[in-house]
Amino acid sequence: MLLKSKKVIIIGERDGVQGPAIEACMRSVGAEPVITQTQCFV
Amino acid sequence: MYIVSSSAHHQPTKPVVQGVSYFLAHVPGLTCHGSKPSREIKKDPPLRESFRSHLRTFEEAVAYPPNQVFIGNLDPDDLAHVPSPWYKHPVRDGSRWGLFGEIMPEDEFYGMMKICDEFQLLLLEEGFVRAVAVKLRQHPLFSDADLLRLGNGVSLADIERQLADGATLPMYDRGGRLVGCVRTGHEEDPNLTAEILMENLSVRASGALALRHQVAATGRAEAVDFLLGGGEEAVGDRYNRGGGNMAKAIGELCGCSGAGGADIKAFCSGTVHAIVVAAGLVASGIFSDVVVVAGGSFAKLGMKFQGHLRHDMPILEDVIAAIAVRVGRDDGKSPVIRLDSIGKHEIGSGSSQQAIFDKLIAQPLDRLGLKFTQIDKYATEMHNPEITEPQGSGNVPRTNYRIIGSFAVLRGEIQRADLDRFVEEHGMLGFSSTQGHIASAVPVLGHAIRKMLSGERNNTMFVAKGSLFLGRMTQLADGMSFLLERNKGTQGGV
Repeated sequence: MLLKSKKVIIIGERDGVQGPAIEACMRSVGAEPVITQTQCFV
Repeated sequence: MYIVSSSAHHQPTKPVVQGVSYFLAHVPGLTCHGSKPSREIKKDPPLRESFRSHLRTFEEAVAYPPNQVFIGNLDPDDLAHVPSPWYKHPVRDGSRWGLFGEIMPEDEFYGMMKICDEFQLLLLEEGFVRAVAVKLRQHPLFSDADLLRLGNGVSLADIERQLADGATLPMYDRGGRLVGCVRTGHEEDPNLTAEILMENLSVRASGALALRHQVAATGRAEAVDFLLGGGEEAVGDRYNRGGGNMAKAIGELCGCSGAGGADIKAFCSGTVHAIVVAAGLVASGIFSDVVVVAGGSFAKLGMKFQGHLRHDMPILEDVIAAIAVRVGRDDGKSPVIRLDSIGKHEIGSGSSQQAIFDKLIAQPLDRLGLKFTQIDKYATEMHNPEITEPQGSGNVPRTNYRIIGSFAVLRGEIQRADLDRFVEEHGMLGFSSTQGHIASAVPVLGHAIRKMLSGERNNTMFVAKGSLFLGRMTQLADGMSFLLERNKGTQGGV
């Protein structure tokens, strides 16, 4: 999947991969995060 | 030995955990007031019937294997021998009373909530009150003074009239019979709504029962110097939202007349933070006898109910859980909180799992000169996977244990092929209801103490995580950890 220039909504997980970590990955491939959150599912 | 006056004891000491008590209230009638069920039932009122038909009986909740582990009648390792699903394999000789506390039925817990009500907020129907009074009179932790506070109740017509104001919240039993209500505390204050007051009364009631069990087990309520609240509730009005000190409100009902108190707030890791602070207060000689107490997490009742209904299984988040932990001066036998083991998540740590576990486990172990494999058991988020997996939330303890094991692999302490064995030997199955700060590491404390006292275990590391980002003030994570160690019997300095 090509993510360059795509707007992305990021929902991370507390006990898995948190939002800011996903955001860093998205930015590294040229995607544009519009919202980043981390959720706690317990 | 307990010390009555803290003033004469400024000598530094090792802090020890002298006892821990747990309490569960089975509250099927309150479960619809949990955050998730209340929102979904409001959107889709016919859902109420389906919801109600999946609520458990008290007998089913008592016989549920994870609940028997929670109150100390089964060991966490026993769960590995119970076939899945656990809710279909009840413990035949399961008891309401356990080594660490009890599971209380809903009617008695409603009575305790009324005993906690000092502002005529909670009304119970008079016939219901009469029946509850008979039961509480038989309970070893209730006094005549409690029964006076319970009162005589009101008529059903009075309750129905009160409900007509639209701001009052009904209280049902499991079958849907109206037995009471909670009124708003102030008509213009969003911090004193009936919903918030019902939650806070349930926190005070559950916390007080955990503390009463603790005092019954370890003695001398009046010797307690200080109470630390470790819960997630917010007590206060419009000018002091979250003002707190639930700790003193709980201690007042337990004979702790000599105790001061305050609450420690750190989301789910708050209880472990409070234990570390308690250890510091005792070690420094500021106080000799500190109790960490936390009532339950009312809002999380029924949080995963949609997954449970989808799988046609009982709604398992039907209990309010509470804990009381007594921390005191070294008595030569109680397990020791190692002050040189404390791990903390720092503001600059970053919030990846690797960063969190590095701060909470790897760095403390390095300081202690210990390997990952030298910790007998790790106590982490102990959420029962049978509750979380049907709603797609995964097996939280197993995920955490695999991350801890991965650190051991990266450091060359174990082979990658041995990861599963590491998880089996140093972890355990989740057995706690999803009660936030109660589920976070501390359910293991009772079992760890029991095994250290009998010589079966040398140590256990307690690791709690908090989700600060939920409050929308920071993206930071949080966490706290400590090592509990078998007492080698040499009383002395830090």
